[in-house]
Amino acid sequence: MKWRFVVGAALLLTACSPPAPRNTGVYLLVDTSGSYAKQVVKAQQIILFALSRLQPLDSFAVARIDTASFTEKNIVAKATFDDRPSTTNLQKRAFASRVEKFVDETKAAPFTDITGGLLQAIEFLNEKQTGRKEILIFSDMKEDLAKGYVRDIPLEFKGFEVVALNVTKLQTDNFDPREYLSRLEAWRAKVEKGGGRWRVINDLDRLEGLL
Amino acid sequence: MHMTSLLAFTPWPAVSAAIMLALLVTALYLARHTAHQAIHAVTSALARGLRLAAHSVTHAEERLTARNRDVLLAAGREAKERAVEREFARVGDTTRKDLANYPDMHRRLSEAIIRIEEEQEKSVEVPPEAPGWAKAVATVANIDSRNAGAEILADIHKSMVKAHAEAMSDYRKASGERHALLRKMMPDWRMIQETLGRVNKSVASVIERALVIDRHMQDYEEIVRGEDRAVSVLSSSSLVHFFVSMLVLAVATAGAAINFTLIARPMAEMVGGTSFIGPFRTADIAALVIIMVEISMGLFLMESLRITRLFPVIGAMSDKMRVRMIGITLVILLLMASIEAGLAYMREVLLQDELATNALLRGDNIGAAVNGHHGITTMAQMGMGFVLPFALVFVAIPFETFVHSLRTLLGLIGIGVLRTLALILRVLGNGCRHLGTLAERIYDLPLFVPLWIEARLARAALSANAHAVLPEVQS
Repeated sequence: MKWRFVVGAALLLTACSPPAPRNTGVYLLVDTSGSYAKQVVKAQQIILFALSRLQPLDSFAVARIDTASFTEKNIVAKATFDDRPSTTNLQKRAFASRVEKFVDETKAAPFTDITGGLLQAIEFLNEKQTGRKEILIFSDMKEDLAKGYVRDIPLEFKGFEVVALNVTKLQTDNFDPREYLSRLEAWRAKVEKGGGRWRVINDLDRLEGLL
Repeated sequence: MHMTSLLAFTPWPAVSAAIMLALLVTALYLARHTAHQAIHAVTSALARGLRLAAHSVTHAEERLTARNRDVLLAAGREAKERAVEREFARVGDTTRKDLANYPDMHRRLSEAIIRIEEEQEKSVEVPPEAPGWAKAVATVANIDSRNAGAEILADIHKSMVKAHAEAMSDYRKASGERHALLRKMMPDWRMIQETLGRVNKSVASVIERALVIDRHMQDYEEIVRGEDRAVSVLSSSSLVHFFVSMLVLAVATAGAAINFTLIARPMAEMVGGTSFIGPFRTADIAALVIIMVEISMGLFLMESLRITRLFPVIGAMSDKMRVRMIGITLVILLLMASIEAGLAYMREVLLQDELATNALLRGDNIGAAVNGHHGITTMAQMGMGFVLPFALVFVAIPFETFVHSLRTLLGLIGIGVLRTLALILRVLGNGCRHLGTLAERIYDLPLFVPLWIEARLARAALSANAHAVLPEVQS
C-alpha cells in the first residue's frame, strides 16, 4: 500500500514540475567591420530566413559586430514572439522592417570585436532561458581588437550551438590558406572548449539545416 | 578437466576410453529401470498436465461458445423485437389514419348510395301512355255507315298523330331527364370508386405489413427456440454489420480528421500555440475535445430520439424529459457548429496572414501570395465547419452497431483462439507421451550389448525351464 502511495506522489510531483522549454533562442551577430560591411545584404537574407523558421515563444536578436560589441546598444532588433500565431506574424513583420532599416543605414566599423559579441549573445540567450540556443556569426571570423579591449576571457558555451556563416576568405588567406584554416580551427577549439558545438555554413543557398 | 587427462589413467588412451565406455554402459544398464521410471514419470506428468490444461481450455471454449450464443440470440431477439415493434407501429399508423376517417368515409359512402338510389328511382319513371285511341278506332270502324266513319277516322288519325307527337316529346324529355340524373350519378360513382380504392390500398398495405410481421415472427420464434440456423444467420449478419459499421466509422473518422484540421490552427490563437499537455499541443487537444463533445452530443441526441439504445437511462426517460434533452443537445450542437464555422473563418484569415508574412520574408510580392478566390474557400470552410458537427451526429448509429457486433466478433475470435490452444495442448500432451517412449528407446540405444546378452540369457533360461518341465510331464 505504501509503495503505491509513493508511486502516486512521484507521479503527481512529475506532473506538477514545470516542463522543459521547447523554444529556440537565436542570436545573430553581423560583422560590420571593414570590407565585410558590404556583405550585410546577405545577412538580411539569413535574418529573413530565420524569421520564417522561428515559431511562437522563440526569441531572436540581431546585433552588429563592430569595435566594441559587448553592449546592448549593438543589438539592432530583438523579439520574443508571442504565443498567438497572428501576433507572431505582426512581430516578424516589424522585425523585418527594423532589419531593413539597419541594412540601409549600416556603416563600416574600424575594428572587429567578435568575442564581445559572443559574450553579449551568451548573456542574452541565458537570460531568455530558451530550450535551444543558437548563436549565428555572420563574419569572416577575423578578430581585430582596438587598443585597450581585453577579450582573453574563457567563454561558457554549454548548451549552445555556434554557427559561423559566410566565412569569407581574406586577401591574406589566399596567399596562405593555412591562415584561414587555423583561424576557423582556433574558433572551433574555443567553442568546443567552452562546451558548445561548432558548425560552419558557407553556402548560403543551403540553409535548410540551419534552425 | 580435459578429456586427455580423463583418458590418462592407463598409458593407452584407447584402452582408457574402452574401459570408461564399458563402465558407463554398465552404469547405464544398472540404472536402466530407474531411469525408465523417471522418464516415464516426467513425461506422463507433463502429458497429464497438458491434457488437463486442454480440458480446461475446451471447457472455457464451451462456456464462451454458450455465452456468445446467448449474446447473439439476445441481440437477435432484441433486433427482431424492434423490427416487429416498428412494423406494428406502421400498421398502427395506417389503421389509425384510415379508421379516423372511417365515420366520415362511411357517411359519404351512405349519402352517395342514397343519392344514387334516389336518382335511379327517378330515372326509372316512365312517361304516361297515349290515350286509348285504339278502342275508339275499333268502335268507329264497326259503325255501319260508309262515309261518316271516314271523316271521323281522319280526325282520329290527326288527333293520334298529334298525341303521338306529344308523347314522343314527353318521352324525349323524360329520357333527357333520366340521362341528366344518370350523369349526376357519375361523380358519386367516382367518389365511391376512389374511396374504395383508398380502402383497398390501405388494406393491401396492412396485409403486406402483416406478411412482414409474420416473417419477423417466424425468425423471432426460431431465435427464441435457439435453433442453430438462427444462430448461424445471426452470427454471419453480425460479422457483416461489423465490417459495414467499421467502414462507415472509418469514413466518419476521416470526416472528424478534416474537422480537426479546420479548427486546430485557430485554436492556437485561443489557447496558445506552444503550450503542451504531455507530448501533445494544447491547441490540438482542445480541437479534439470539441470534436469529441460534438460526437457525444450526437450520441445523446440519437439516444433521446430512440434511434440508438446505448444508454438505457436516456431511453427510460419520460417523453417530456426526452424532448427537453433533444432541445438541449440540438442547441449545444448548433452552438458548436457556429463556433466551428467561426474558427474555420479565422483559420482562413490566419492562413492569409501567414502567407503574406512568409511572402514578405521571402521578398516576394505580397499581393501575389493572396488568393484571389479566397472568399469562396472561406465560405466553403465555414460551411464545412458548420455542417460537419451535424454530420458527425449520425456516427452514433454505426457506432452502436460496431459495439454490438464487436462483442460477437470478439467472442468468435476468443472461441477460435481457445480452440486452437486446446488443440495445441492436446498435441503437446500426446507429443510428451511419445517423447517419453522415444527417450526410453534412445536411453537403451547405447545399451544394446548388455540388452542383447540379457535377452539371450532370458531365452536360454526359458528353454532350460521348458526342458526341465517337459520330462516331468512325460514321466
